[in-house]
Amino acid sequence: MDNLQNEIIKKATALLTDKTVDRVIGWKRGEFVFDPSPATFSTVESLKDFVYNSFCGANLSKYLIAESKKEGKIAVFLKACDSYSFNQLLTEKRIKKENVLPILVQCNGMLDIFKIKNEEGEVVLDVLDNGETVTVKSPYGDRNLNKAEVLLTKCLSCKGFAQVDGAEEIRVSESTLPNLDRFDIVKELENMSEDERFEFWQNELSKCIRCNACRNVCPACSCTKCVFDNNDSGVAGKANADSIEEQLFHVIRAFHVTGRCTDCGECSRVCPQRIPLHLLNRKFIKDSNTLYGEYQAGAVVDGKSPLTSFTEKDPDPTEAVNMEGVKNA
Amino acid sequence: MHRIGVFICWCGSNIAATVDVEKVAEVIKNEKGVVFSANYQYMCSENGQQLIKKAIKEHNLTGIVIGSCSPRMHEQTFRRAAESAGLNPYMVEVANIREHCSWIHKDKVEATEKAIILVRTAIAKVMLNAPLTEGESPVTKRALVIGGGIAGIQAALDIASAGFEVDIVEKNATIGGRMAQIDKTFPTLDCAACILTPKMVECAQNDKIDILTYSEIDYVQGFVGNFTVTIKRKARYVDEKKCTGCKVCMDACPSKKGLNEFNMNMNNRPAIYIPFAQAIPNVAVIDPAQCIKLKTGKCGLCQMKCGAGAINYEMKDEYIDRKYGAIVVATGFKPIDLKDFNEYAYADSKDVITSLELERLMNAAGPTNGTLLRPSDKTHPHDITFIQCVGSRDVSGCGKPYCSKICCMYTAKHAMLIREKYPDTKVHVFYIDVRTPGKNYDEFYRRAVEQYDVDYIKGMVGKIYPQPNGKLLVQGSNLIDNEQVLIESDLVVLATAIEPEPSVRKVATLLATSIDTNNFLTEAHPKLRPVESPTAGVFLAGVVQGPRDIPETVAMASACAAKVIGLLVKDSLKTNPCIAQSNENMCNGCSQCANVCAYGAISYIDKEFRLGGGRTEVRRVAYVNPAVCQGCGACTVTCPSGAMDLKGFSTKQIMSEVEAICKK
Repeated sequence: MDNLQNEIIKKATALLTDKTVDRVIGWKRGEFVFDPSPATFSTVESLKDFVYNSFCGANLSKYLIAESKKEGKIAVFLKACDSYSFNQLLTEKRIKKENVLPILVQCNGMLDIFKIKNEEGEVVLDVLDNGETVTVKSPYGDRNLNKAEVLLTKCLSCKGFAQVDGAEEIRVSESTLPNLDRFDIVKELENMSEDERFEFWQNELSKCIRCNACRNVCPACSCTKCVFDNNDSGVAGKANADSIEEQLFHVIRAFHVTGRCTDCGECSRVCPQRIPLHLLNRKFIKDSNTLYGEYQAGAVVDGKSPLTSFTEKDPDPTEAVNMEGVKNA
Repeated sequence: MHRIGVFICWCGSNIAATVDVEKVAEVIKNEKGVVFSANYQYMCSENGQQLIKKAIKEHNLTGIVIGSCSPRMHEQTFRRAAESAGLNPYMVEVANIREHCSWIHKDKVEATEKAIILVRTAIAKVMLNAPLTEGESPVTKRALVIGGGIAGIQAALDIASAGFEVDIVEKNATIGGRMAQIDKTFPTLDCAACILTPKMVECAQNDKIDILTYSEIDYVQGFVGNFTVTIKRKARYVDEKKCTGCKVCMDACPSKKGLNEFNMNMNNRPAIYIPFAQAIPNVAVIDPAQCIKLKTGKCGLCQMKCGAGAINYEMKDEYIDRKYGAIVVATGFKPIDLKDFNEYAYADSKDVITSLELERLMNAAGPTNGTLLRPSDKTHPHDITFIQCVGSRDVSGCGKPYCSKICCMYTAKHAMLIREKYPDTKVHVFYIDVRTPGKNYDEFYRRAVEQYDVDYIKGMVGKIYPQPNGKLLVQGSNLIDNEQVLIESDLVVLATAIEPEPSVRKVATLLATSIDTNNFLTEAHPKLRPVESPTAGVFLAGVVQGPRDIPETVAMASACAAKVIGLLVKDSLKTNPCIAQSNENMCNGCSQCANVCAYGAISYIDKEFRLGGGRTEVRRVAYVNPAVCQGCGACTVTCPSGAMDLKGFSTKQIMSEVEAICKK
């Protein structure tokens, strides 16, 4: 990992030194190993805080909406899942392409500090990624954990890189990640009875404190003015006022990003209440795949989203509602 | 503050018998914003309109609600009345208390309650209405006819005769359609080709008509007066401009085992062929699934023999874009598939045939050169049984619930022609009813029974048993004599139901016009607008709208032409002001709206916005072209931020209607 980080910093240094770019967007060291945050770096000196470790789960592509509009050119480091969001934002004309230099970076799977703390308790001092295992240092001593068990959920079914035009790639070794079917949990939910499923979601969604972290981090949720902030929309609201609102906020959000959601998993990663929000999106993706054929948002730029394009093979809505798997919402 | 007037119509007893109109008017008086409320026997009448106009002026009304029939009926009437009284016509809302209320309810208390809610809903909407002004859009003075059968041919000829250019797009290699396959036509028994082919030639010679055969509609954009249609010209592998129709290639082709579609697959044709002698254009076409050269790369005999150098194996599908003001859909029909009718042994015996196959067997250009021979052993049949309503009026699910309309007449025609030409042949007809409305139609059928002694048996056939001796044992019932009948026939002819050509589903989707469960396209009004589709600028001719015979099809095609001409003579059309509008402050410029816009009405501009503190930002925002937008609303529901809204049907208006309905 250090080797990889060095390569990335070397690249950033070169780009800033020879003025290929004016700024670099990457991850900045935090208090602990597990809390780096997205940041822009405009000088070589500032790169001393640049970090790329197993906790750089944050998807940087959304920051480009604002950053690419600024003066000068900016380089961005994209992990596999981020590359889809980048393409999707290009498709939606939200990023000024000519101002951006995309660089794909190897990712060996990002760790979930919540899962680690679940195993080790609240106080974690340091985490070392050993490849197959991770060593967690806490006041109670060191302990080795199986890495697969503390990966971010999104890393359990990695899609690999999207096709990003004109991107360089930084890689120092081969990365292998678990390859689970991302729809397995969705199927489990589909197999529940209506009441069970309602209870499941009721349980999860009632934890919501309406902090808007999911919305604010989501690359698909990048409206100039969000309907939830727009008093004219009739659905504006900022507080978790009643159960209808807590259910509808997330369902409306999932609807709004259907066909554009790349399944980058950021919503679940940032949720302080650990609500598995990505499951709502995955259900919509699965249904869309069943109805309109396999589609991965952001796999390419200008991909035709099934919900905003028509093909002759599209099923009649009357047939669609009865299709296997789609029936159980 | 709004001053709303409400006018409740009785529609004679149509509404008043089920809805207490006086009570509705009385209750509505107390609604917020309502300053006038009245009820009248016929609001659409001159007197009713006067009542509205007077109230607008006397009470200074700023908006009105009419509780009446569907807005499809009289919205225009009321808008014009309001306009003449000085009120903007888009400050009128119609609450449909007839189709949506009185006609579907029996209980007067319930219906009255619902009528009040519907009127309240319209009031909630009109409160948020804003005055709108109509725009104008130009008209492309060219028509498209989809389908080159008799309907398409007639429509094209009539449109061209008015001086307008018209294109016929036909998916097959020649125009002519089903009528070209028919031998003789009822009730006059003149030969179909003799009356059809002169019209085909006329089309070819008319310099206003462009015939695009072997072509299909690939994509449609735009709207009435301004359609842009992408036409797929399928690779014909023969240059239409060079081919002289000499047929040398057909003799040269070694792959002669292709099924001849024109003869209902009853004989063979080469891989390169001209569908029939009078084909227009008289140009060969290569069947790529059969051609040895196209399949294996080896052969090329036709190219070698072609004196005109017309054959080109490299030809590819081509796509052309053309602009039209109006579109006529005349895609025609096909007989239904008989795979679900095992009882008639159609799949088991070659001598059980459909009526269209019989047409070819009796036609001089058919597989038997016009001599009626059994397909199995090429002998003369001496006993023929016709079965009517095969798949028609069939609610079992195998066939079609509707009457195919043409079968009674053509079966009488077949029976008569056979008895005339082969008097030694016995002819039986099993029927449920004989339906012969039409000029000289019943006389025609009676001639078959009385003069030609055709054996009409009222009843259906239960089963057909192919016999070892080659005969067909027909087991049926005679309902008049109340007995079972067993007939040994040499040939059985099934009057097969007809259905719209299946490719019409795609055409309907592309044209955004409605289609019914039987795949017939829907007319704008079943009685008063039978040739118009609900989509403005799209017209329907022939069986595409419902089963009909040749005279009716021709009449319908001419009616379409009259409608098209009426449209194309105009230089511009008034456009609907209820169109989409983007709130630039909320627009993300994400292009989703443009992706779903069927009319190409949305483009993007870079615009500078103030951010406060003296800073500005340039953002890409949607711009709706008001002359092109048709107000379908697809963009408004696609827009993730809700920046796109529809004038006259804004999200706020719809939500306030929903609230009014749900309010206790």
